[in-house]
Amino acid sequence: MRLTLRVVMALGLAFIYVPLLLVLVNSVNGDRTFAWPPRDITTRWWAAAWANDGARQALITSVQAALGATAIALVLGSLVAFAVHRFAFFGRDTLSLLIVLPIALPGIVTGIALDSAWRSVMGELGIGKGLFSVVVGHATFCVVTIYNNVLARLRRTGTSLEEASADLGAKPWQTFRYVTFPLLRSALLAGGLLSFALSFDEIIVTTFTAGPGVTTLPIWIFTNLFRPNQAPVVNVVAAVLIVLSVVPVWLAQRLAGPAAGAGRTGH
Amino acid sequence: MSPRVRLAALLAAPVVWLVVAYLGALATLFVSAFWTVNGFTGATVKRFSLGNFETILREDVYRTVTLRSVGVAAAVTVLCAVLALPMAYFMAKVASARARPWLVIAVLTPLWASYLVKAYAWRVLLANGGPLDTLLGGPGRGPGYGLPAVVLVLAYLWLPYMILPVYAGLERLPDSVLEASADLGARGWRTFRAITVPLIVPSIVAGAVFTFSLSLGDYITVQIVGGKTQLIGNLVYANVGAANNLPFAAALATIPVLIMVIYLVAVRRSGALEEL
Repeated sequence: MRLTLRVVMALGLAFIYVPLLLVLVNSVNGDRTFAWPPRDITTRWWAAAWANDGARQALITSVQAALGATAIALVLGSLVAFAVHRFAFFGRDTLSLLIVLPIALPGIVTGIALDSAWRSVMGELGIGKGLFSVVVGHATFCVVTIYNNVLARLRRTGTSLEEASADLGAKPWQTFRYVTFPLLRSALLAGGLLSFALSFDEIIVTTFTAGPGVTTLPIWIFTNLFRPNQAPVVNVVAAVLIVLSVVPVWLAQRLAGPAAGAGRTGH
Repeated sequence: MSPRVRLAALLAAPVVWLVVAYLGALATLFVSAFWTVNGFTGATVKRFSLGNFETILREDVYRTVTLRSVGVAAAVTVLCAVLALPMAYFMAKVASARARPWLVIAVLTPLWASYLVKAYAWRVLLANGGPLDTLLGGPGRGPGYGLPAVVLVLAYLWLPYMILPVYAGLERLPDSVLEASADLGARGWRTFRAITVPLIVPSIVAGAVFTFSLSLGDYITVQIVGGKTQLIGNLVYANVGAANNLPFAAALATIPVLIMVIYLVAVRRSGALEEL
């Protein structure tokens, strides 16, 4: 039983990591069509990717969109978490279901809904689709990550510390500044990290909300995926993203110990 | 400030965003499913009609694709659950306390790697004459691109979303319950089947929300490794883009939404949504 489980675990980890390792190895595979096993090793593709303006521009766009969406999600998610934790009101259960909806529904549904709404409402106001519409779309499904993290933290810490602060004469903003916010900081960070990653990686909602000329990194990869002569450069970009994916885990671990490195769905 | 005013201040912005904007957009989409497009001018005819839904119910292709999509989503969910259960069990109950956090990290790090990168990795792996073919004895011997590849790659993509809630559920499960079962004479497998699995059903259901919903709406992986395979997402996408028939796309899109809403409402009572 134990041995079987150990073997399954090892096979499972191999299943998870072999494809990613393959991408890393192929990024230095000298053969243009990734002949396997690789015969010669080259850094040519890394140089070509570095010089690729499209990829670099797409990276900048993705970072901007993810930062914008995360900033909005931090505000909205925290507001709802406070409302749900501190008040009992009509429709509270419905609201918490509604927050899950943008990630529970298929991305293509959220995508076309936002697209047609944007065209008929914002289009009438003369605001076309651009980077801003991407930020709005991403923020909509990022709210849940912040909400879950903040609500979990609020439930765990309770209100007694804030009451103590008020009893000791602190004004509401002082209590927020010196008691509530410090208690929430790591939850906000974990949620924010998650939200950034979700947005950075998103392609479906982005396809429908991006204005002409707005290319995020996932969209850039997808459009170049089917062009054989771009394959080595795409592979290097993929390899870079795999290496970079270690960063948030490392960051979360440093901030709150190993267990916190876990929470992608926000525990 | 009265509590009522404070609550209003907290909820104003999120409610405007999520209820008015997002729910409004979804509602508009649903309404437009009952509109049609003029075949000659391409203009939207905003008059109530069940035409789109009649077409979907009448034509075999839509039924086939819907069933195929649900089948793929179900297969992916089952595959993920089957893989995740033993892995999560090992992580939570068998591995040493020192190894545990590292296993969690090992399983979850790939979640931060890009979706597209992972689908791309499988495109390379599954290519004709690629590594998997070579491993299995030459070009064309591996599964290649197609429906099995879609299920495999989607299961690969969403596996951590299943492992995570199941692991969390198992970790909360007190060892004493399992020991009690063993004391009463149940063997490892019996305890697993009769005690462990029933107790972590909410966690599996929570994981299945992700695996099922994410598979149901996918049309990118299908394009990357699916060959000529089409799922609902591809039909919706084709009708928004090439065919420029938003009302029909909306009608098609209500299928996965309906399936997901039924699913979410059904599982809400089990408390699974709290585990997301």
